Amino acid sequence: MKILVAVKRVVDYNVKVRVKADGSDVDIANVKMSMNPFDEIAVEEAVRLKEAGKATEIVVVSLGIKQCEETLRTALAMGADRAIHVETDAVLQPLAVAKLLRAVADKEQPQLIILGKQAIDDDANQTGQMLAALMNLPQGTFASKVELADGRLNVTREIDGGLETVSLSLPAIVTTDLRLNEPRYVKLPNIMAAKKKPLDKVSPADLGVDPAPRLKQLKVSEPPVRKAGIKVGSVAELVAKLKNEAKVI
Amino acid sequence: MSILVIAEHDNASLKAATLNTVTAAAKLGGDIHVLVAGHNAGAAAQAAAKVAGVSKVLLAEAAHLAHPLAENLAPIVVELARGYSHVLAPATTQGKNLLPRVAALLDVAQISDVIAIESADTFVRPIYAGNVIATVQSSDAIKVLTVRTTAFDAAGDGAAATIDNIAGGSDTGVSRFVSAELTKSSRPELGAAKIVVSGGRALASSEQFHAVLEPLADKLGAAIGASRAAVDAGYAPNDYQVGQTGKIVAPQLYIAVGISGAIQHLAGMKDSKVIVAINKDEEAPIFQVADYALVADLFTAVPELIAELNK
Repeated sequence: MKILVAVKRVVDYNVKVRVKADGSDVDIANVKMSMNPFDEIAVEEAVRLKEAGKATEIVVVSLGIKQCEETLRTALAMGADRAIHVETDAVLQPLAVAKLLRAVADKEQPQLIILGKQAIDDDANQTGQMLAALMNLPQGTFASKVELADGRLNVTREIDGGLETVSLSLPAIVTTDLRLNEPRYVKLPNIMAAKKKPLDKVSPADLGVDPAPRLKQLKVSEPPVRKAGIKVGSVAELVAKLKNEAKVI
Repeated sequence: MSILVIAEHDNASLKAATLNTVTAAAKLGGDIHVLVAGHNAGAAAQAAAKVAGVSKVLLAEAAHLAHPLAENLAPIVVELARGYSHVLAPATTQGKNLLPRVAALLDVAQISDVIAIESADTFVRPIYAGNVIATVQSSDAIKVLTVRTTAFDAAGDGAAATIDNIAGGSDTGVSRFVSAELTKSSRPELGAAKIVVSGGRALASSEQFHAVLEPLADKLGAAIGASRAAVDAGYAPNDYQVGQTGKIVAPQLYIAVGISGAIQHLAGMKDSKVIVAINKDEEAPIFQVADYALVADLFTAVPELIAELNK
């Protein structure tokens, strides 16, 4: 079974981003970038399926500027076999990404496509579902457990109120939730080995997709700042404040 | 211009998130129709028909709609959507699962987690774990949005809307429901609770998490939440998680007990009206958003708090 995994280069999750002075966008110049944490989980799951003898090849794909290569090399170091970089300077929104991924998947013909459930920059949580729609495939979103059995995929999903298990025919699309696995650390020898693994470049034009954004970002702003709180000296003072000042209990 | 709201329900009753979504729909102006797709979902449709602002309920019934599988629901919504200017669903796990599939089939963008509606085509949504607020404009013919429920009040009761039966579509067969394991709780639902008591890693074990927080939650009639650290450590079930990747809550009172306050956790609770933090680390980032900060050991402070509330 061939697995396709989509990875995104995003601002590192520990960075608190700032808005540009003109309010046009977020300032990500000179900010540490990393692989989206949910995508690390996606790569890890693919590698584990390969280690378990269920998958034969793992292809990773990333879309965006030249530096996405670094993200792909990280995925290769984690255990992916080869990489595809859809290189473009265009602003990519989930619908465009889904269309580009469909074009890649049409060529690669994977049995399973794994994506993160959301990217921590745009927080959209859309691409996997959109790709499933465009390819007319079943979707196992927010997966916390994935099991291959009798040519189908059992996916345990994290839903409001608990867990739900669905059975999907293959090929299928899975999006990862946090508890699916614990991604491995990349070891130095694997980073060196990853430099020799194949990384192909294609452009949106090669794939016949117009990535033009559908949504116009009019402005961005900082959220309203909460007014400074006060330190209370005792539990009694806290309860008194909640009762008399905040009036919430 | 008319608006389609996708109801969330368990066939017998309407989920509260639907009421917040109807309020968001009302801000757009126009007729509001609610789709109830399910199996033996007459009671849910009746409930939807009673919501203020709803002019029509569309009831799609079929055995294969007993569980809300996106593969079976999306074609029904897509078929209907062409007659509407907007399609809305709550930004719950169900709405997030379904709506992007609908949007892609309609070849339109989807706008996630809308917190404010500026006009029929301009919406406000948080990005970067709520650290940035973006205003976006859609040029698509049909606007497909998920609504952050905590940003809109619940719609009240209204006159009875008409209920029209529509076709339930066919079973695509590519996916099927196997089982569900729901967390049983007699406490209020986390997303809708007026008071939330949340615990973090400092609770140190599952036993202590429950032993310390439950009496406080019971005293206050509160829901219990947890930080990711507490969930990962197995102190609390996954669906207790408050944060960027868990539930977004905005209660009247949020009490953070032994939670340091990582960016990802703050994303899920910083719109609470009043935030109380109890932490023994004076430097914990949670104190930057807390209205009332108590620097104390939670194992003594929480029992004291319960005793004080009992006075």
